[in-house]
Amino acid sequence: MRAEADLIIARPEGLYCPPGDFYIDPWRPVERAVITHAHSDHARYGSAHYLAHHDSAPILRRRLGEDITLQTLAYGESIEHHGVRLSLHPAGHVLGSAQVRLEHGGRVWVASGDYKLEDDGTCAPFEPVRCDTFITESTFGLPIYRWPTQPELFADINAWWRANAEAGRASVLYAYALGKAQRLQFGVDASIGPIIAHGAVEPINEIYRAAGVVLPPTFHATDPALDKSMLGRSLVIAPPSAGRTSWMRRFPNPSDAFASGWMKLRGTRRRRGVDRGFVVSDHADWPGLQSAILATGAERVFVTHGSVDVMVRWLCEQGLQAQGFTTEYGDHDEADDASAHSPTEELPPAA
Amino acid sequence: MKAFAELYRQLDASTASLSKQAALQHYLRAAPARDAAWAVYFLAGGKPRQLVPVKLLREQARLAADLPEWLFDESYDAVGDLAETISLLLPDPGEALDLPLADWMQQHLLPLRGKPPEELPGLLQTQWRMLAADQRLVYFKLITGAFRVGVSRLQVTQALAAVSGIDAKVIAQRLMGYTHIGAQPSAEDYAALVSSENAETGAQGGQPYPFFLAHPFNLPLAQFDAVLGPADGWLVEWKWDGIRAQLVKRAGQVSVWTRGEELVSDRYPELQAMGEGLPDGTVLDGEILVWRDGRAQPFAELQQRIGRKTLGPKMLRELPVVLCVYDLLEENGADLRALPQHARRARLELLAVAFPHLQLELSPVLSARSWEELAAQRERARALGVEGMMLKRRDAQYGVGRTKDVGVWWKWKIDPLSIDAVLIYAQRGSGRRASLYSDYTFAVWNGPQDDPARQLVPFAKAYSGLTDAEIRAVDAVIRKTTQETFGPVRSVTPTLVFELGFEGIAKSSRHKSGIAVRFPRMLRRREDKSVEEADTLATLQALLPGPG
Repeated sequence: MRAEADLIIARPEGLYCPPGDFYIDPWRPVERAVITHAHSDHARYGSAHYLAHHDSAPILRRRLGEDITLQTLAYGESIEHHGVRLSLHPAGHVLGSAQVRLEHGGRVWVASGDYKLEDDGTCAPFEPVRCDTFITESTFGLPIYRWPTQPELFADINAWWRANAEAGRASVLYAYALGKAQRLQFGVDASIGPIIAHGAVEPINEIYRAAGVVLPPTFHATDPALDKSMLGRSLVIAPPSAGRTSWMRRFPNPSDAFASGWMKLRGTRRRRGVDRGFVVSDHADWPGLQSAILATGAERVFVTHGSVDVMVRWLCEQGLQAQGFTTEYGDHDEADDASAHSPTEELPPAA
Repeated sequence: MKAFAELYRQLDASTASLSKQAALQHYLRAAPARDAAWAVYFLAGGKPRQLVPVKLLREQARLAADLPEWLFDESYDAVGDLAETISLLLPDPGEALDLPLADWMQQHLLPLRGKPPEELPGLLQTQWRMLAADQRLVYFKLITGAFRVGVSRLQVTQALAAVSGIDAKVIAQRLMGYTHIGAQPSAEDYAALVSSENAETGAQGGQPYPFFLAHPFNLPLAQFDAVLGPADGWLVEWKWDGIRAQLVKRAGQVSVWTRGEELVSDRYPELQAMGEGLPDGTVLDGEILVWRDGRAQPFAELQQRIGRKTLGPKMLRELPVVLCVYDLLEENGADLRALPQHARRARLELLAVAFPHLQLELSPVLSARSWEELAAQRERARALGVEGMMLKRRDAQYGVGRTKDVGVWWKWKIDPLSIDAVLIYAQRGSGRRASLYSDYTFAVWNGPQDDPARQLVPFAKAYSGLTDAEIRAVDAVIRKTTQETFGPVRSVTPTLVFELGFEGIAKSSRHKSGIAVRFPRMLRRREDKSVEEADTLATLQALLPGPG
């Protein structure tokens, strides 16, 4: 009985809503796809109709093609489809990221996509949505993952950048081009030196600026205004794939750093082989996952991608009905190397 | 301890020895002597006796973090290092204090040792409440003693030399015994390390000299003449597979030190007795070996004595050790290290004749007219249970550590034995490899391919020999082929075959396979071989050395 009544079930194509006959973030082409956010493991090519938040539109078109059939909604705006009332609510993950709220036959389900709780200033902050059943991610679903606060984080990054600038060294900060890169540019103290955005980052910056996010001015690496002394004071924001490429050679004696939640662990930090690891994630940490789940008031919780088994067991011990959903989101098995994370959050460099 | 925690972070983050050196010197210049004394102790490899039982530490941390056991274990499994796991799980401290490193050690940590178990929880929880979050990792490293942070003793020596202006050799000598297990280094001890007085290099008291270490030599035979010159410029010996040690006899006292600077006189009473017969002011360098029937026995036998604190007469009778000597560093109180190798050797031979003892074995010099002849002799190495040959320049002085400036020693090891084995269990690594399955257990078949009932028998564990990229690839296979998980260990469906290399092989009643191998490591992954084609126990047994 229960399975038939479920508003969302796992199908080979993705998470499916039977009464509404649509999918949420499907990993195979389908007729109708609701997209929580534009990272490549959630927004995939080939579906006939897409529905997403307004702010996701430019990135989705850039990634999936200008000619996709795309309908957009504002946060809180609702539509009805085959008797299912659907609305999008801020997930705080990246620009345009949304939780999907479904209401049908008196029941409310929320699929969160990816989310984080702390407001980083570059996208609408996470809003808890009351529901009966909540579908949560669990990328960092272990209690070892607790993020520093924004002020602590940026104090560390600024101190690193400042020390490098004083020594005439460029500061190269690797971060995913969509979301994390903009969050870092927004949060750093831009008075320390010029900020140089890699070719994969700048087009996303433009999209953020067009959506009203105030980012500091950024330079293109080949800008003639950048003389050697400016390069030696610069903060370079680049996707991880730009490491060890000839593009990097233009920066004098650079100090490099990696921005990722995985940097919380020494092992992953050292495997990365960079000078510094900054703990920055656009996913919720362990306390964040717990408080988000609690705030929904949900009695049933489905856990997707990440530490599924741990979260399910923990939530069951807390008295909730929890179970896992097998999905093909974020191929980041437990504490895998951050490089395995790249399909999630990386965009190809602009042509 | 804030400064020391920051030093730890910098050393840990960097892979460049230049920046590690800069960080060490920066710390040593700024730190008060009493803190520097402890910092040097830990970084140079010192480890105090256990302060808190690990089990209790873990349990208290779990309680403080308010986690069920399984979740603590999952966390530990993901991190791979207990000190780091605890430091990530503890709740935020109340009012954090920044106490000096020396205060932490002397007033808080050392007093924990020997406290009744019922008092420890309260003491630990009080300490954790005042411990700043960014000092936690280093605090738990001090407690658990697993301090590895990628700094060698040589780097610490160089940093001390740089900040004090004292010759690194003198520092190395002064550091001998500094990291002794019961040491409680004080400001005075640190001042003595870097003092400009008595800056000569002689050893005093029961102290050994810094060990002179060999470099590996793996060139093809055809290049020996060109690179090394004629064979007669070299003193050649077997490379023994035992424990490198110095025996020091001064003022009637005998001390036996291992290369790890552990004082082990009590463990080898027969060597102590031998030393008592030697004249005062004698320092011998050699190898501790189990010696029976006129020859060295496999390392596995020596291993049975290493861990023992109490030695029964049976063990002393069945596993007698000798010091197989190859160098004389001090004679009649005079430091001989600046003499050429051949001159030290001549004096050593005279000493061995003058003071014969059953527990004093002179490592023979292998004579030959050419490198080809030596290579032919080297063929016997396996049968003799040695690792290969040592090549010592006849005019070499006895250097300090792994240096080449006053002479050189080469180790010319024989090729490892190898066998194709199947990976059956995997465990997560630690440090750089935490969270990756990088430690493996390997098995061979206990019957031939046509035996349908044959099984895989585990015989060796190995974790070295693969690149990071290879480990990641193997890790992915392990995750896909996991059968069962027992704590940090996974059993897998056998699919992976590796060529394993090892230095020696011996019978062992303590291993399921009946065989113990020495220094096993992965030589390469055999993607061309199926699991069925892996080697058998019979192949392994055939590698066992024959009698004599």
